[in-house]
Amino acid sequence: MATREELADTLAGFAMFADLGSPQLLSVAGLFEETVFPEGERILRQGLTGSGYYVILEGTADVRIDGTTRGTLHRGDFFGEVSILLDEPPTADIVATTTLRCIVMGPAGVKPFLLAHPTVMFRMLQAQARRLRNANRWRS
Amino acid sequence: MDAVERPFPPGTYPVVVVGSGPGGLQLSYALRHEGIEHAVISADEGAGGMFRKWPFFQRLLSWTKPYAPAERTSREYQRYDWNSLLADESDLCGLQADLLDGTSYFPSRPAMQANLESFADRARIAVRYGTRWERTRREDGPDGTRFVVETSDGEYRCRVLALAVGVAQPSMPATPGIELAHHYADTRDASTYAGKRIFIIGKQNSGFELASGLAQWASSITVCSPSPAKTSIQTKSLVGVRARYVQPFEDGFLGLGVRILDASITSLTQVGEAIRVDLRRTDNGEELCVEADEVIAATGFTCPLQDLPDLGVATFGAAKLPVVTPFWESSTVPGIFFAGTISQAAPGLRKHGVPANSGAVHGHRYNGRILARHLAESVFGIERDCPIVAPDTLVDLLLREASFAPELWHQKAYLARVITSERDGTLRDAGILPLAHALDGMTEDLVAMTVEMDGKGGIYPVAYIRRGGALSEHALPEEPLLDFQTAAHRDQLAQALDRLLAVAPAG
Repeated sequence: MATREELADTLAGFAMFADLGSPQLLSVAGLFEETVFPEGERILRQGLTGSGYYVILEGTADVRIDGTTRGTLHRGDFFGEVSILLDEPPTADIVATTTLRCIVMGPAGVKPFLLAHPTVMFRMLQAQARRLRNANRWRS
Repeated sequence: MDAVERPFPPGTYPVVVVGSGPGGLQLSYALRHEGIEHAVISADEGAGGMFRKWPFFQRLLSWTKPYAPAERTSREYQRYDWNSLLADESDLCGLQADLLDGTSYFPSRPAMQANLESFADRARIAVRYGTRWERTRREDGPDGTRFVVETSDGEYRCRVLALAVGVAQPSMPATPGIELAHHYADTRDASTYAGKRIFIIGKQNSGFELASGLAQWASSITVCSPSPAKTSIQTKSLVGVRARYVQPFEDGFLGLGVRILDASITSLTQVGEAIRVDLRRTDNGEELCVEADEVIAATGFTCPLQDLPDLGVATFGAAKLPVVTPFWESSTVPGIFFAGTISQAAPGLRKHGVPANSGAVHGHRYNGRILARHLAESVFGIERDCPIVAPDTLVDLLLREASFAPELWHQKAYLARVITSERDGTLRDAGILPLAHALDGMTEDLVAMTVEMDGKGGIYPVAYIRRGGALSEHALPEEPLLDFQTAAHRDQLAQALDRLLAVAPAG
């Protein structure tokens, strides 16, 4: 793994990219870089600037705030986008709990990418809305 | 006689290094510096690695300035010389500058090869050339697992296997009809493309190197891949097509001889003497068809890791890079390390989307030196000397490093100058280390100084300070002349360091 074609096939199975056709998926696959983190490594660091936008291809990662695990991310989940959209450091550590294979886009690419692919932006908004709803349920 | 000409016969060595490109040479030099016995083997006939063949059009993308604001033998000069290997001896420093031909500060390929051969010769880096690594296995030895490296000359046994074999195995896409294309690695003499319609698959540097080099020969050039091309000028980093290859973009904008298409390639078909390339545009899905006389796949290279995946070495990405720790050790098969351009497999923090320069000599030469020191400490029990730093010199030391240290300038947000603080407040210089290790692998109080880019053109120093387990980041201001030794920088850094220094003894 993974040629651009294989990567596009993988992305096709993720909700966020579900509305894209095959040539668009190939193009989107080329906008990201593939990267892998061994188990135990931190990908995002709470409070440190300059994070990226990551989508998990394989593996799991914990979301840790002040050392306490608050959630687990899986294949198809994404992270880092909030800190880029708000231009603020991440509020949590993201720590690989298995070998974690991701694609990553630098912060400068995120706004043009979302504007060029409004269906992805909509799907991201849906996912954020779900996260907000679940957080509100948890609080109430 | 044979022992002199062909050192390192098959046998048992503490470390076996495979490769004689810049990565292998630098690692061998650094291992010797650390006092670690090792063998170096290479399938090639001489030093230089990929620079014995590429870049195809014979001019590098990395430069060396013969005239710079620092002496050629100084550490500071390395910032202006992307191509020479690192050494302590002044007669081994900055070798590339004397080998330039005066026409460009980008060395020619033969000049780079000469630079590396000269280093190997003058530094007396012994290599057993003409020895091909073929297979690898593990066996239990008296001191734990060891690796058995089967070669064309026989078997080598070692505790540590260090691979510096480059990312040099041509990679072709799986497009139907791709056998009608040839790879960048098989590009012929440029004059043989005279009058031909050239179709280039891929919009990385190699694709645009071909488009630039073939422009005077080809009757038309099409450069195509699904995603739009980025230039380094747009990304304000080394990501994207480098400035030296932007001419085809201008030709494309002017509609003169070059077409740059964003499309996926559906198939290649032979039609008479020509090759028909069927495409689907990625912006609107429309189908297109281009006729060409030659199709060249500038689709990159993979890591020639032989049978290491069967041994359990996990790999990733189109280049099949190994999954590694911040010290470039396979995360799945401990004891196998990687040097040279493969060290790009450890991504570091990628702050603001800016990757490290470990894929190029000016980045990975420092990784090799750090790797040798890491092996000395972690495998061979050779303790490092961490000199004491007087607290009242710390601010100046860190700002001097931020202004001039070549490691920090070439490996931004990847390597850091690390000063630790012991319980009694004693400050010690831990040297240059991977930033990811300083932040995640070390637990002691420390300051890690880096230089970083924000991806928008800004370059500035950043100090990471850990005190009592709490980590904080302190970005210092940009400075137009890039010398951060100003009163304002001193004040800000001193304030940030205040807590770290709070328990340090006075004076």
